[in-house]
Amino acid sequence: MTQATSEGPVRAALRTARGEWFKRHGKWLIILPPLLYLLIFFLIPFAFALKISFAETAIRVPPFTDILTVSPDWHIQLTLNLGNFKYLFTDEVYGLSYLYSIKTAFFSTIICLCLGYPMAYGIARSSKSTQGILLLIIILPFWTSFLLRVYALQGIIRDTGLLNTALLWLGVIHHPLQIMRTTLAVYLGIIYSYLPFMVLPLFATLEKLDHSLLEAAGDLGSPPWRTFLDVTLPLSIPGIVAGSLLVFIPAIGEFVIPSLLGGPDSLMIGRVLWDEFFWNRDWPVASAVSIVFLVLLVGPIALYQHYSSKELEA
Amino acid sequence: MQDRLSPFLISTLCIGIAVLYVPILVLIGYSFNASALVSVWGGFSTHWYTALLHNDQILDAAWLSLRIGVVVSTGAVVLGTLAAIALVRFKMFRGRLLLTGMVNAPLVMPEVVTGITQLLLFVAMMRVFGWPHRGFTTIVIAHIAFCTAYVTITVQSRLNGADRSLEEAAMDLGAGPVRAFVDTTLPIIAPALASGWLLSFTLSLDDLVISSFVSGPGASTLPMVIFSKVKLGVSPDVNALASLIICVVGACVLFASFCMRRAERRRVLDTQMAER
Repeated sequence: MTQATSEGPVRAALRTARGEWFKRHGKWLIILPPLLYLLIFFLIPFAFALKISFAETAIRVPPFTDILTVSPDWHIQLTLNLGNFKYLFTDEVYGLSYLYSIKTAFFSTIICLCLGYPMAYGIARSSKSTQGILLLIIILPFWTSFLLRVYALQGIIRDTGLLNTALLWLGVIHHPLQIMRTTLAVYLGIIYSYLPFMVLPLFATLEKLDHSLLEAAGDLGSPPWRTFLDVTLPLSIPGIVAGSLLVFIPAIGEFVIPSLLGGPDSLMIGRVLWDEFFWNRDWPVASAVSIVFLVLLVGPIALYQHYSSKELEA
Repeated sequence: MQDRLSPFLISTLCIGIAVLYVPILVLIGYSFNASALVSVWGGFSTHWYTALLHNDQILDAAWLSLRIGVVVSTGAVVLGTLAAIALVRFKMFRGRLLLTGMVNAPLVMPEVVTGITQLLLFVAMMRVFGWPHRGFTTIVIAHIAFCTAYVTITVQSRLNGADRSLEEAAMDLGAGPVRAFVDTTLPIIAPALASGWLLSFTLSLDDLVISSFVSGPGASTLPMVIFSKVKLGVSPDVNALASLIICVVGACVLFASFCMRRAERRRVLDTQMAER
């Protein structure tokens, strides 16, 4: 402020005025860019999807009709076509694929948990220096390409892949096992891709576990398995929930895994949506599928996550 | 917590790590197979790597993906950092709940849904404004939206842990709020910005689904080319390409995490020295 006095009164006044403006409104310069960007390019698109889900397919560019038409005498006509939604509920492919997606995501989450929990527990109990290395080993695949890792899995499980070659060579089997293009391959793909997402949050909670509680349980004569069930497991529930959601959520909308590893019967909803869009070029039905997907699955999960994280903070 | 691990824990750790790494190692092994048949070992060869250099389709796609990645991660770091500052520093403002929601939503949103909705927006914008043309621009815009979310969350946790007293001291000494932030807090959150940039870059480089939806004719990113090649059947040059990408990205991430860890250790040491 000592500088301002040497600058002359008008300039000083301008300076303070500018300072005042910044103090009061400056924060909007920080808030508005990301807010507007995400609003326009992330949130508003859903309004378009909702609008187009009420349109009809048409052979033109873009391939759907307008639901809002304005005639020359400003007569506005709104045509809502509920046919797409009705179609979703009458054609059983969609219902089945929703169920199939939930089932696949659910069981792969359980398997990931069974494999990931002992892994996280092992890492949490190893020495600090080993911990760093093990964590890096777990995180590294997460950084490398997801698509390429799914492709790499093909090299193991395809008919002429490493697993079949090894088993044939050992004489365990006489005909190659058909793993590719089956439901089993989809499970393997999801577990392989999302295992790190399960291990990391589990590790984070298990590492913070108060060791003195375990010692107290041991001193009072509790056998290790009792201590685990009564102390460790209940205390690690936040990690279990977080890890399970991190696997379940992306698995349910998965497209790459069922399309590269699954067979024609692996109708996960992501794949159905893709085919509806690219092969049938039915944009209105694809929009309707995504709206229903959002309302039935993503919405409840997001709300659940929101409230459970609120509870954790409290 | 340091005691001897039971054999059960050690074996599950080994199985888990094997599950994560064996496919990648096998892929790298296959990429040096001279034979074009995947099941037959035809001897060691770097043939498929040299073939990559002459494949214009792959080179063009790689160049497009790299350019998109650089623009996207830079844009996402700027927007994501602003969003993180807004959420951590301003506890009350109109639209806070909206911003929180929009920052977290891309993490739970299936990519197919994001992709299709964004395409519909771009189509509508094209009809009204004549912009953007589907291709580089639309892919960049779409990628920035979901990468911003990841950057925000990375920076947010770092910013939450940052000590504000330094910044307050700088302001007491007469620095403006921007200057105080840039001189004190920015160096502390710099590692988060770096990892946010790197994360956005790899996410953008890897994205297949959203790019496929919002891209137009003639603009094929690397994952799109790889996906169509894999769909058609096994091609040995994809093995070479995949091994190359995995190794380069892996090496970069290892190097970056090593640098960050060293910088972090130095910073901790410096603060300890200063406190003495």
